[in-house]
Amino acid sequence: MANRGNILSSIDWLTIALYLIMIFFGWVNIYGATYNFEQTSMVNLSNPAGKQFMWIGVSLVIAITILIIDYKTYDFFAYAIYIFWILVLIATPIIAAKTHGDIKGSLSWIKIRTISFQPAEWAKFITALCLAKWMSRYDFKITDWRSMVVPLGIICIPMFIIMVLQKETGTALVFAAFFLVLYREGMSGYIIAGVIAFALLFIISIKYMPAALPLGSGNWGIILSCTGLYIVILTLILFKEYLKLQTIIIASVIAATYAISTLLSIWIKVNFTIVSACLIGGCIIFLIIEAIYLRRKSLIILSLFTILTAASCFSSSKIFSHLPDHQRKRVEVTLKMRQDPSGVEYNTIQAKIAIGSGGFTGKGYLHGTQTTLNFVPEQHTDFIFCTVGEEFGFIGTFGVLIVYLIFILRLIQLSERQKDMFSQIYGYSVTCIFIIHLIINIGMVLGLLPVIGIPLPFYSYGGSSLMGFTILLFIFIKLDSSRVEKL
Amino acid sequence: MINETYYKRRYVITSIIIVAVIIFLIELFWLQIIDQSTKDKADSNALLKQTIYPSRGLIYDRNGELLVFNQPIYDVTLICNEMDKNFDTLNFCATLGISRADFEERISENIKKHGKYAKYTSQLFATQLSNEDIAPLQQTLYKYPGVSIRKRTLRDYTYSSAAQVLGSIGEVSQKTIDNDNYYSVGDYAGRDGIELTYEKYLRGEKGIEILLRDSKGRIQGSYNDGEDDIAPVSGGNLQLTLDIQLQILAEYLLHGKIGSVVAIEPRTGEILALASSPTWNPKLLVGKTRSKHYNELMNDPTKPLLNRSTQAMYPPGSTFKTAQAVVCLENNTLSVNTFYPCNGRASVPIACTHSHGSPVNLLSAIEQSCNPYFWYAYRDFLEKNDYGSNNENFRKQYQLWRDMIMSMGLGKTFSDSDVPTQKGGSIPSIQFYDKIYKGKNNWKAKTIRSNSIGQGEVLVTPLQLCNMAATIANEGYYITPHLNKADSMLEHRHNTGFQQKHFKIVKEGMERVMEYGTGRYYKLDSIRVGGKTGTAQVQGKQDHALFIGIAPLDEPQIAVAVVVENAGFGATWAAPIGSLIIEQYLTDTVRRTYLKERMHNSILNPNVK
Repeated sequence: MANRGNILSSIDWLTIALYLIMIFFGWVNIYGATYNFEQTSMVNLSNPAGKQFMWIGVSLVIAITILIIDYKTYDFFAYAIYIFWILVLIATPIIAAKTHGDIKGSLSWIKIRTISFQPAEWAKFITALCLAKWMSRYDFKITDWRSMVVPLGIICIPMFIIMVLQKETGTALVFAAFFLVLYREGMSGYIIAGVIAFALLFIISIKYMPAALPLGSGNWGIILSCTGLYIVILTLILFKEYLKLQTIIIASVIAATYAISTLLSIWIKVNFTIVSACLIGGCIIFLIIEAIYLRRKSLIILSLFTILTAASCFSSSKIFSHLPDHQRKRVEVTLKMRQDPSGVEYNTIQAKIAIGSGGFTGKGYLHGTQTTLNFVPEQHTDFIFCTVGEEFGFIGTFGVLIVYLIFILRLIQLSERQKDMFSQIYGYSVTCIFIIHLIINIGMVLGLLPVIGIPLPFYSYGGSSLMGFTILLFIFIKLDSSRVEKL
Repeated sequence: MINETYYKRRYVITSIIIVAVIIFLIELFWLQIIDQSTKDKADSNALLKQTIYPSRGLIYDRNGELLVFNQPIYDVTLICNEMDKNFDTLNFCATLGISRADFEERISENIKKHGKYAKYTSQLFATQLSNEDIAPLQQTLYKYPGVSIRKRTLRDYTYSSAAQVLGSIGEVSQKTIDNDNYYSVGDYAGRDGIELTYEKYLRGEKGIEILLRDSKGRIQGSYNDGEDDIAPVSGGNLQLTLDIQLQILAEYLLHGKIGSVVAIEPRTGEILALASSPTWNPKLLVGKTRSKHYNELMNDPTKPLLNRSTQAMYPPGSTFKTAQAVVCLENNTLSVNTFYPCNGRASVPIACTHSHGSPVNLLSAIEQSCNPYFWYAYRDFLEKNDYGSNNENFRKQYQLWRDMIMSMGLGKTFSDSDVPTQKGGSIPSIQFYDKIYKGKNNWKAKTIRSNSIGQGEVLVTPLQLCNMAATIANEGYYITPHLNKADSMLEHRHNTGFQQKHFKIVKEGMERVMEYGTGRYYKLDSIRVGGKTGTAQVQGKQDHALFIGIAPLDEPQIAVAVVVENAGFGATWAAPIGSLIIEQYLTDTVRRTYLKERMHNSILNPNVK
């Protein structure tokens, strides 16, 4: 068994150092974001900075406890905690609705006196533990689709509860991180590529479907994206194999059809929607025949994919129009299809102004006018990055992103050096959760992504999330430090 | 053992995060370093530039009596969003003296005007409350969160006189804003009178206070500890040449009459009084009731807004004979010993309205205001070189006469003067007569004979008339009449170039007017006064009464001109007013109170309020 001296020498101090830097700088920025003219104390419990100070203390105690507890505990209790937490997640919206009602439309909070707690934040590491335990079973085979049912369930059940019952779309989206983990562990790349391509196509068709486009007679954007995407994927898959010729023929036929149609459209009215529908239909038939003839599974998947692509192009705007109002508006604003400076766009505009006005060196700590005067809503929580941008300038934002990058790269490195499946899967879960959080949060603040309310780990104000991320990280540090023993 | 088949996929995940961070850094680089627009937006977001209004300059009379000053008034503003549950609407209404319904109406009006932002922005709730109105609220302000009091100033006046001279201030028009970028909407500026003429001097310089404002428009304090604030510069004080006691007396005497009194200190050109009747109390054009009263004045048939002392043009009548005498003497076509016959009412072509002996010399002619005498003198002036071919010699003489008359300040505005809104009057030009008589040869001395006695086409303003008297008093020059005491206009000396002795003769004649002539009832015991009355005929109406006076004759300290419209004889209505003005100015009191009261109580035009 390991003794204490052993733990101290085997834990990864670099990760812990980065963690400490981030929570300290985060706390400094929370004080900055909530600073106003009356407030002076940084550790007064009645203001967010003071509370965060307390949560940092609690988190450090939890971190040390985790490092002391035997690593086998996490493996041993993974299923039990998971099931218990699913019950907590289901109970949360019921309790929330009964005691205090929704907070900004969300039913994910439990309030006990003055302390609010968000169980969904902890669902991340609990799901990660459960997933890691299931996937490290000896009879688990990721390439067999039948064995994928349970892992998908483990991921999707909390995701579903959080999204539908608790109405916390942002937190639910974080669970997409686990698909990246599945990918690393051997899930087919086509599924990830397919989902991404689908999402892209969906977005493109929303943006360009309703608009009348040049040349007057058809929806050029959607046609080009359909066929273009189709050709690219087809080429990628077939090029190195023996269907080289067919790919070129298909591509040429498509190009020629469009060229002739465009030429014709000078004299007669050509319906490009019908032309591309015919082309896509033709491609699908060709692929199916080819698949039967060659008996290749990949071609069946491909034709299925093509059918779905075509269907999504023509149905995306219908699906989109059924989204909840505020979410649809956020997407439209991000795609620059709508302007709403005083409504949905307000946050993004103010965030950009705050960050941009910081310049290279920033306005100095506590001297940011946008920050101290509360122009950016939710600034100490989801939009904390604005404070960094305004008060510390490009130097500050560069520093924060680079520290984060080093932190994540280090986590990847740690995950890769794990000697057992459980630790590696858990490690990648931790890594991918941080990656998703970083991309969505910073992307949202910079207006590159729609406003999705999730925190920036270690920076955003909030006890549940800080403790959640601390537990998530330190279980992994503990697992990593114990890897030698496991041999 | 661990699955190594998909080892390379770590690079996919690694590249995802690296690419994302690079995209973010590029975006941040652009946003924070390249793009400058966000910096300006941030400033206009957070910094509220609030104007601090300077106090407007005060106005004094020549003796240092305060005429115009500033009174504080208060606006009450309300930010609905900051009103809390404890806001006692009933008490608030009671404090301000308004009803509950009134309160609700004002709130809903604001919401109508400003839409959904109404809740966050500071709304005007009540304006222009006086010190007394605001006092109860000021003491209990802490009870009403969201309510604040904003102080401004309005003009106030010590005396109810000199309204036309002083003018008033009002909100600037869009045109003014476009022409002068000092002003912005809601500013006040001089609209007329001295307030307009000396606007730039009186207004001072606005200051700027930079305040920090949060996203809801609430003020959070001053920016950079006020280091970038600009302090306002108070407007300069103005001392006028007016003697307010004289001005008050002039307006008092013009009561119930339409007319004007102007008094000038001849030596300096300083205007001592510039009265026009009807007039109004300047306090009426201040604050809330300004537009109501302004409309009343606009629609008044007696036209009080017309400053008759500078804007009304009258035929000078017999007062013009003084100037005629000077120019004819200067032309050598008249001497002090020249006699002309007078046939009284039977005189041709101009009848005499006075009864006196015949023939008369110049001094008697002035004393008795003999019309035929001045017709002959005028004729001799114009026909000095006969008519010549195409009337050329006559036209030259006419031009000479016109130039000489105009050199006494008649028939043109005082362009170097600070007196607002002057009219030019009229000493007709050759072209004018050519036009109305349709040709160079169609008019002769006899055609324009009415000019000789200050009738016909000759028109002057009371200010010009008084300045003419001042020119005679100075024996040959005048200083541009002006109102700013601090601005000595002595270098603005306008010489007629006429010989001094000619003026002395006219002055002697004017003294005889007051001793034996038409002004004899209004001479002053211990002071030598020179005067000339005038009774100008008006088509279809009662004559205008006119008077000019100079005193004391040896060392004149005051020149005065009086016009009373449609009153009758100048000797009856204008001379006593001029005499009282002279008495007041030179002795600081009016001993003839019976005369003062009689003039005040003579209501010649019942429409004059």
